[in-house]
Amino acid sequence: MAPIGNWRPMLSLVMGLIAVPAADVCAEEQAVKIGWLSQTANRTAPHAYLDRPPADEGIQGARLGIADNSTTGHFTGQLFQLVERLAPVEGDIAAAFRDLATNNMRLIVTDLAAPELLSVAALPEAASVVIFNTAAPDDRLRGADCRANILHLPPSRAMLADALVQYLVTKNWTGILLVVGRGDADREFAADVRHAAKKFGARIVQEKPWTFIPGARRTDTGHFAIQAEVARFTQGISYDVLVVADEQDEFGDQLPYRTYDPKLVAGTQGLVPSAWARPHEQWGATQLQERFLRQAKRWMTDRDYTAWTAVRAIGEAATRSKSADPGAISTFLRSDQFELAGYKGARLSFRSWDGQLRQPILLADARSLVSVSPPPGRFLHQFSELDTLGIDKPETKCRLG
Amino acid sequence: MPTGMTCRLVAIPAMALLCAGGIATADTIYVSNEKDNTITVVDGVSLAPVRTIAVGQRPRGILLSKDEKSLYICASDSDHIEVVDLAAERVVRNLPSGPDPEYFALDPAGKVLYIANEDSNLVTVVDIERGEVVTEIPVGVEPEGMGLSPDGKYLVNTSETTSMAHVIDTAKREVVANVLVDSRPRRAVWTDDSAQFWVSAEIGGTISVVDAAKYEIVKRITFAVPGMPAEAIQPVGVAITRDRKLAFAALGPANRVAVIDAQSYEVMRYLLVGQRVWNLAFNPDQTRLYTTNGVSNDISVIDLAALKVIKSIPVGQSPWGVVSRR
Repeated sequence: MAPIGNWRPMLSLVMGLIAVPAADVCAEEQAVKIGWLSQTANRTAPHAYLDRPPADEGIQGARLGIADNSTTGHFTGQLFQLVERLAPVEGDIAAAFRDLATNNMRLIVTDLAAPELLSVAALPEAASVVIFNTAAPDDRLRGADCRANILHLPPSRAMLADALVQYLVTKNWTGILLVVGRGDADREFAADVRHAAKKFGARIVQEKPWTFIPGARRTDTGHFAIQAEVARFTQGISYDVLVVADEQDEFGDQLPYRTYDPKLVAGTQGLVPSAWARPHEQWGATQLQERFLRQAKRWMTDRDYTAWTAVRAIGEAATRSKSADPGAISTFLRSDQFELAGYKGARLSFRSWDGQLRQPILLADARSLVSVSPPPGRFLHQFSELDTLGIDKPETKCRLG
Repeated sequence: MPTGMTCRLVAIPAMALLCAGGIATADTIYVSNEKDNTITVVDGVSLAPVRTIAVGQRPRGILLSKDEKSLYICASDSDHIEVVDLAAERVVRNLPSGPDPEYFALDPAGKVLYIANEDSNLVTVVDIERGEVVTEIPVGVEPEGMGLSPDGKYLVNTSETTSMAHVIDTAKREVVANVLVDSRPRRAVWTDDSAQFWVSAEIGGTISVVDAAKYEIVKRITFAVPGMPAEAIQPVGVAITRDRKLAFAALGPANRVAVIDAQSYEVMRYLLVGQRVWNLAFNPDQTRLYTTNGVSNDISVIDLAALKVIKSIPVGQSPWGVVSRR
């Protein structure tokens, strides 16, 4: 990439020769500053030894978003800068947020869990800030606990559950055995699956909590115990598909191939609904995957994708509104004119009622993309088929002040 | 398409062409198949596939040489351009292209190729005779469409993620103007009088008609297919007749080609073709339009006098580019 300095002669040449639509913004370079706030979390190792969570998850997506915005910025005279703040485990997240806000950062991308996100959004310094949630899928953030100063990039758990059940109903696999882990997140996802089943015409034939805690995976012959346990757990139930809720990855990967009857597994493991997936290569996604691989030397995860999307949304709004002013950018982001290309075959935009990014959901396993929800023409909607996923305007509990 | 219709369709082309007021010049159609690394050769008279030519990895953009004796192919995953001798029907030479060539344009003299390198934000300029890269021009993120003005003086490159049409002065080999268009621009196609270039936006769902003197958008053409969600309308391929009476837009997963009055910009009708229609090419005398349909693995033949689809022809896997020669 050529250093920015090399571009100046070209930009002035552009202005000298002809009137281009971007000429007025070329006159003076505008700086768009974006804050990044994340907190190191002590994450439990996933059950599978493979794919251990990378330490730089999320931030790498934001950095790639800055690089993409900057390439466009060369032509429009806009500079994009990411100011990164990483709070340690149990560190003072409020202080880190204040540090960004008092340094005139009014667009702040966060990689935080729901409680921390709500705590920074409530700070007096956050009143004039737009916060971009890239990590918390909690339904309450789009419902009773929604905030006017937060936009949500990850699909909510309700959207993920709807996307999965839409596919199951399309396949006519409507009998669901729902297996629920011990986390609060698992209980929320299970409730969302129940809601989705009612909404799209599937049924939960049985719901069972998973309570068996297997020993260390490396214990010799440990696979016998888990095989026997899963077979016993699923015996005597008539169902089409086992849907598992296990966000912490404690047992879900051990269900496939071990059920009593030969049944498929979907949910948080098996066939997984997600914002991004490694096998995804349609609608130009190969290019984003390649760019990310080159930069980060690893595959793009969901959180990298949502962070990239947040930064690109800001970039797109800055380009279209021809402004570096955070107020103008935020107004444009929420307007009908905003649309973002996110490599998923549809234009992405923010829902007015809860600040959630409207987006297709990928359904993939580890090695292949199986489907993309909503399936075209199958679930109709008055305004946008994308709004068949998650909580729609008439049913929202969110009241934005 | 139901198989029962095949017999009936065979008879139609000849009739349709008679209605058009003359027999179309016999042509040969070449289609690049992205997924099976081949070029399908289709006979324009019988409208049947006759041969396949093995080429490099992931062939996408294709172009005829000026003398129409060779075919240039963007072999995207082989990271070079291949030259197929159309008499011998085999690859006889490779040209450098920079990484991941997707689409390109040939200067009117037939000596220089301008290549979009999708992965590296560059347009690479290649001297065909010498087989060398002359220069690289930095553009936006994911360069894609390449439209050369009929006089060869200006090249319009679109960059998908930057959402711009970059106008490049081919003598200076520099970007001289940028026009912001709708999301994910794909093709840039000039009118024959050099007065305009048309830019399709796949995610934006529009075609921007740009005044080539002022670099201003004079019209944004939008599409609405009854019963089809707006998200499914994703314009990619654009073709404009030499007399600028008609224009055509391939609407991707809407499985339709829009017929546009190129003077009033009104959409006249939508023609149902194969699935995920992407690229378009006229036959030499512009009595027909061919479309590549990436999901149904076929090409559709549109009769331009009747504005009707007269035949679907099976080709290879994921057909991408199409050209036709006498």
